Amino acid sequence: MAFCSKNSRTIINNLKSKLGLSRLMNQGSDGCLNNTNPCRFLPLTTLPQLRNPDSYSHKTGHSFCSQRFQSTTSEQQFASLPNGEHSQELDFPGGKVVFSPEMRFLSESPCVYNNCYRVLDDNGQLIGNSNFVQVSEEIAVKMYSSMATLQILDTIFYEAQRQGRISFYLTTIGEEAINIASAAALTSDDIVFPQYREPGVLLWRGFTLQEFANQCFGNKADYGKGRQMPIHYGSNKHNYFTVSSTIATQIPHAVGAAYSLKMDKKDACAVTFFGDGGTSEGDFHAALNFAAVTESPVIFICRNNGWAISTPTSDQFRSEGIAVRGQAYGVRSIRVDGNDALAMYSAVHAAREMAINEHRPVLIEAITYRVGHHSTSDDSTKYRPADEIEWWRMARDPVTRFRKWIETNGWWGSEAESQLRSSIRNELLQAIQIAERAEKPPVNELFTDVYDNIPSNLRDQEKLLRETINRHPADYPADVPF
Amino acid sequence: MLATASQRILGQSFQNIRPAVSVLRSYSSAAKQITVRDALNSALDEEMSADPKVFLMGEEVGEYQGAYKITKGLLEKYGPERVLDTPITEAGFTGIGVGAAYYGLKPVVEFMTFNFSMQAIDHIINSAAKSNYMSAGQISVPIVFRGPNGAAAGVGAQHSQCYASWYASCPGLKVLSPYNSEDARGLLKAAIRDPDPVVFLENELLYGESFSVSDEVLDSSFCLPIGKAKIEREGKDVTITAFSKMVGYALKAAEMLEKDGIYAEVINLRSIRPLDRSTINASVRKTNRLITVEEGFPQHGVGAEICASVVEESFAYLDAPVERIAGADVPMPYAANLERLAVPQIEDIVRAAKRACYRSVPLAATA
Repeated sequence: MAFCSKNSRTIINNLKSKLGLSRLMNQGSDGCLNNTNPCRFLPLTTLPQLRNPDSYSHKTGHSFCSQRFQSTTSEQQFASLPNGEHSQELDFPGGKVVFSPEMRFLSESPCVYNNCYRVLDDNGQLIGNSNFVQVSEEIAVKMYSSMATLQILDTIFYEAQRQGRISFYLTTIGEEAINIASAAALTSDDIVFPQYREPGVLLWRGFTLQEFANQCFGNKADYGKGRQMPIHYGSNKHNYFTVSSTIATQIPHAVGAAYSLKMDKKDACAVTFFGDGGTSEGDFHAALNFAAVTESPVIFICRNNGWAISTPTSDQFRSEGIAVRGQAYGVRSIRVDGNDALAMYSAVHAAREMAINEHRPVLIEAITYRVGHHSTSDDSTKYRPADEIEWWRMARDPVTRFRKWIETNGWWGSEAESQLRSSIRNELLQAIQIAERAEKPPVNELFTDVYDNIPSNLRDQEKLLRETINRHPADYPADVPF
Repeated sequence: MLATASQRILGQSFQNIRPAVSVLRSYSSAAKQITVRDALNSALDEEMSADPKVFLMGEEVGEYQGAYKITKGLLEKYGPERVLDTPITEAGFTGIGVGAAYYGLKPVVEFMTFNFSMQAIDHIINSAAKSNYMSAGQISVPIVFRGPNGAAAGVGAQHSQCYASWYASCPGLKVLSPYNSEDARGLLKAAIRDPDPVVFLENELLYGESFSVSDEVLDSSFCLPIGKAKIEREGKDVTITAFSKMVGYALKAAEMLEKDGIYAEVINLRSIRPLDRSTINASVRKTNRLITVEEGFPQHGVGAEICASVVEESFAYLDAPVERIAGADVPMPYAANLERLAVPQIEDIVRAAKRACYRSVPLAATA
């Protein structure tokens, strides 16, 4: 199936010249993250020339840094063995096996995450000699406005939960660039399978502030008919599949949908988001494996934000981040600075082309930081230092960083900024008021959608319920419409 | 490996069942005989031919022709895009099947046995069963999960559990369990055409059994309704409910009871969820006595639900306590003698029916 390296190399070479991707794909001296030949046995990763391994450990538990096998440096030579040494090769069901008389172990990971693609520096200025996909002023301004809107939306809804007006909320603070930039690089035909920290994708696609509020308040205008907790948005017309609380189950769903898109020969891909914690689930492994084997057009976007509730990534896994795992499954992978909206946009744009035109999965590991608590049920100062949170919130804010870039281009100014912020805030407060006052879903919606057609036993139960409510109205809430 | 071992043993158990088959044969002169395996295969073939959205996935369904040969010939006919050999990950391929169903395809996912479905049960329940409700009708999941369920012969604890009551307790799922070839064809076609997720519980030992079917059953448009039980044998003294292999046992028990002047009415449930409560209750109101039969574990089983339903709706009509015949409350042992003791036998059904009719048989069943 996927073992004909010659064909895929031809396609890739054609693609490279057409899309000017050659520089993007061969970035860095590391041949590992750009492995285009599934048959070739390449080393797992190159190791950096580390002088002070300990200086990289801003998280705890990095004592394994000092153990490194001598043999790994010679792995570089492996890649340069010519293909045609038949005396040292064997044809095996999975491909060619190249032998070596030296006993050489693949090393466990270094504690550095290599080759993280970024285009804007910390002050939002373009880095020289960077490759990126150009963004028009209109799109860039829309991206910035959406990122700012998402920030304000999160702040206000979080407050609403604290005031007891909604039962639960979960913010995306710190990850606005991942949300908006990836959405901007996709088309509305691409099907999105979110985890729960990606409302920005829905926002980009046109979900209104009122629609967000309706779901959080579970009123009768909620597309979810009040069936789920807040932030479990879903909208067919926006190709955004309803959020489900279970972790990582959306990843194989996305692969299934991508396979279906391929069968239908659609010009679209499936996109799925998940966090660093989600990659520990069995579903992640099965999905990546499957996507590679079935050659499905799916983009896996991992928001590596350092924390899974209170579990830091050092307790979650010991691989060099998530990008190497994609590679291990035969999936083309890239690591990106998740707080650089321009880099995210470029990477997702390129990934989409590859996924659809080459029928392949692509993994994007976006490095970022979860500035907010996991949710309103969490107080993260209990397990991480408050000044670490503050530093990421202020010095590493992706929204500010992108704003500096658009301001440098002359596309934005302080007047536009204050106008945007105040109008969004007012719109949101009003949307909340309307959502709060709206009626809840009617009683019959308790029983619909269990099946395609309502079965007789549920119709009977509804009848009984109505009779009971009629007989004892004082026992039932007054605001549930009948 | 598993398949060939069970096929050897199938030959042995087939001999036990042969007398019933030859009885049928002498009655049905013109009707055709097909095995349950061929019934399932033809149903899959016809549905795939009629609807290009239907596709199969599972371990060994393609090149190997199916672990139990149910999908024989389909890879050759429809190609690798529509008959997918999956890696060994039930959770993975079930999640992928659900994703394809979300998009609008109609996957038929095979579990080598339903015991392995436990590795995928989160996707079956949380991703398939509940999605239509949780998304308020935006995400429908027209998927079928099929495979052998319940005890086979000499396969031990991890290959013998019955999952009928597990899946039937979950709203959002439909659960079907065929007995004969007509059931197999009609119910599988109905399952594939149904827009809701369906769990289709087959039985390994029934695959090789032949049953006569009418021309109507062989027609490609043939379909059975979901939620309707079938009265396989009419009677007036006691109602016996069963599904899958136990229907055959109940029918044999009914023949033996007839010699003692007890006319049992045998109901083939066909549909575990939704349960055909009206047929069951109507029968109990006629006979006033009820025995439920199943191979699975007794606690919280299908029989418990049927008993509760009858007590709720037809209590005044009962002349005797409802009795449940079920498998022993132990993980299935391997040794043939122990295995025989752990599953219901025809004699157990006969004795229970006699007890219900007050024919002086002590309650404690012995070997």
